[in-house]
Amino acid sequence: MSSIGTGYDLSVTTFSPDGRVFQIEYAGKAVDNSGTVVAIRCKDGVVMGVEKLIASKMMLPGSNRRIHAVHRHSGMAVAGLAADGRQIVTRAKSEATNYESTYGEPIPVKELAERVASYVHLCTLYWWLRPFGCGVILGGYDRDGPQLYMVEPSGVSYRYFGAAIGKGRQAAKTEIEKLKLSEMTCRQGVIEVAKIIYGVHDEAKDKAFELEMSWVCDESKRQHQKVPDDLLDEAKAAAKAALEEMDAD
Amino acid sequence: VTNSAPSMINLIGSESDSQRTLYPYVTGTSVVGIKYKDGILLAADMGGSYGSTLRYKTVERLKTVGKHSIIGASGEISDFQEIMRNLDELILYDNMWDDGNSLGPKEVHNYLTRMMYNRRNKFNPLWNSLVLGGVKNGQKYLGTVSMIGVHYEDNHVATGFGNHLARPLLRDEWHADMTFEEGVKLLEKCMRVLLYRDRSAVNKLQIAKITEEGVTISQPYALKTFWNFSAFQNPTAGAEGSW
Repeated sequence: MSSIGTGYDLSVTTFSPDGRVFQIEYAGKAVDNSGTVVAIRCKDGVVMGVEKLIASKMMLPGSNRRIHAVHRHSGMAVAGLAADGRQIVTRAKSEATNYESTYGEPIPVKELAERVASYVHLCTLYWWLRPFGCGVILGGYDRDGPQLYMVEPSGVSYRYFGAAIGKGRQAAKTEIEKLKLSEMTCRQGVIEVAKIIYGVHDEAKDKAFELEMSWVCDESKRQHQKVPDDLLDEAKAAAKAALEEMDAD
Repeated sequence: VTNSAPSMINLIGSESDSQRTLYPYVTGTSVVGIKYKDGILLAADMGGSYGSTLRYKTVERLKTVGKHSIIGASGEISDFQEIMRNLDELILYDNMWDDGNSLGPKEVHNYLTRMMYNRRNKFNPLWNSLVLGGVKNGQKYLGTVSMIGVHYEDNHVATGFGNHLARPLLRDEWHADMTFEEGVKLLEKCMRVLLYRDRSAVNKLQIAKITEEGVTISQPYALKTFWNFSAFQNPTAGAEGSW
């Protein structure tokens, strides 16, 4: 559904005749071209996984983190322009510590999502600012249980059971819809997310990738952390096995 | 917390006085710390005095800082709470890197020194004397910082009255690689002397232990004291009518 917005796409403060702001849509394209990010909300927590496309063999594994902790209880996975993502993460961290400083309790995930969305939206309102070229998936665990939010470059934010952004999002969403999330624990969720990411990775177009995963769940004491190495290895093995099974058919 | 611009730093003047700490209100008394075989032991009572009144009796003056350190504070309790806010934020940001590294006791001690010294230079001190102890990668660390930023490390440290009453005992009886039981016994001896002789001491204390495995802060308990000295029996014998 792409169209050329000649003339109406030069500034984020210009509407097109059919009511679209093209600059924001173009920002969305930057997100669509990045490695897939998949996140699901299981019954006891949130699991997030990122397909980190490796640009060069010289890069050290484990560097270029795409998932960042925003507070003890929440984390953010970024897709799109990495530098823009850094800015959003920094802002989210700041909002979270500020809230806790003022109100004495960790920021509710809903509130954090609203503040991040608000900030992203801000950058779509002025001609001297450009929109963020990244989408963000925010997973957290507060008094109301585990929650998953997604913020798009337009500043729109929704709460999800399962979300995916980036190259393989369509295929990923189809896979997520097959899962019974309300009955799944995060331990099982980690395996499923790994399978999905390995599944949507396009071997032909992009060569190597590194899988980065994090979770916030009862097992991690409601703290956001990287998925423990042994579980991550288990997930990668299961994902590779599932791929081979598919290829064998 | 914004503070005075250089033009407002002024020792005399009631307007700028309201912007800085002049004297403490609710204070904690001594903290005593020693190194022992497996790590560090810290002891402090749970009293918060309001001048000469022993007003608050469940003040926790020993706190954990991250995975590797414990801090004990004497002096103004509200300033200690502010210090803890800063430290908690420091540790939070350190944890969020999620890179396998964490701030050790030496780093935290340095951070505290910077905080205290910079406030002192603005004539608006955090009115505390702090003890910082910890273990990281097998290395034991015990240090102290005063409200003017004086800092040093030693095998045993104390704040306030502890310097006068406990340190001499520790100089005589501390030795390297004490066991946990020996360490606690020595600390209790120091705390008992402080209880007898420091008017702001309260008979309810906690002992904190930190080793490579982690931190334990004990439940509050009281020391046994003895008051049946003959000199205390019938104290008005030589002066009838006095009390």
